[in-house]
Amino acid sequence: MRDVRDALMVARDSNGKLVRRPMSPHLQVYRWPISMALSILHRVSGVALGVGTLMLTWWLVAAASADDVFDRAQWFMGSALGLLLLFGWSVALIFHFFSGIRHLFWDAGHGFDAPAYNTTGWAVVIATGVCSVLVWVVGLAVW
Amino acid sequence: MSGTPHIDMLRSPLGRARGLGSARAGSHHWWAQRLTAVALVPLTLWFIFSVIHLSGASHDRVIDWMSSPWTLAPMLALIVATFHHLQLGLQVVIEDYVHEERLKVPSIMLVKGLSVILALVCIVSVLKIGL
Repeated sequence: MRDVRDALMVARDSNGKLVRRPMSPHLQVYRWPISMALSILHRVSGVALGVGTLMLTWWLVAAASADDVFDRAQWFMGSALGLLLLFGWSVALIFHFFSGIRHLFWDAGHGFDAPAYNTTGWAVVIATGVCSVLVWVVGLAVW
Repeated sequence: MSGTPHIDMLRSPLGRARGLGSARAGSHHWWAQRLTAVALVPLTLWFIFSVIHLSGASHDRVIDWMSSPWTLAPMLALIVATFHHLQLGLQVVIEDYVHEERLKVPSIMLVKGLSVILALVCIVSVLKIGL
């Protein structure tokens, strides 16, 4: 027994026999409540946006370069792959934006009880959906 | 238990015994992450509106737009806040999932270094256009 925590996992059953204590069910056993899904999604979207900063950097570098370099970057953004990346990036940004505001309210001490965080959780999901559609409808209309 | 006098401590007795704990920099990290988050709320909104406004724009129009101090200043603020917020967040993600010290420390260095470089590349590009 190398780890001290292992010592606490051994106990005697009602017959006096040494047994390992049962483990509590792990993460994947539970039905995912909205709070759990949004918590990990906030992280995932944050990391994805980190990768997305490469696209922002590329666009700014292209804008600071000659016309043909910029045109090539603009062409890529308008291609199927470019649009897919932009779409993913915009949804991640909008979600992280609303979810982040929810986090800031928690940090200020509001919205910790279950009804509140379920309501605000779904509000984040709905706001993300509505704003993503809105941004793309307006964006493509302007294009 | 409620009647007995006791002292409430956030640090566990085990943590105290091990002599490990906050290096007194934790609250600054937390605060900087919140501060950049608050700054990014208006800056992100501004950026989204700008990108929509500029979708399909020619190079000349983008240069024209970026040359205004009213674009340049929020753009620089956005870049600084974004990359600062990013490296603080990625540091926490690495600290949470990478437990091997030999892998954790270089990973954090790499993430922070890359964030600084990318931020500088963005800043230089924007200044090159705008100044």
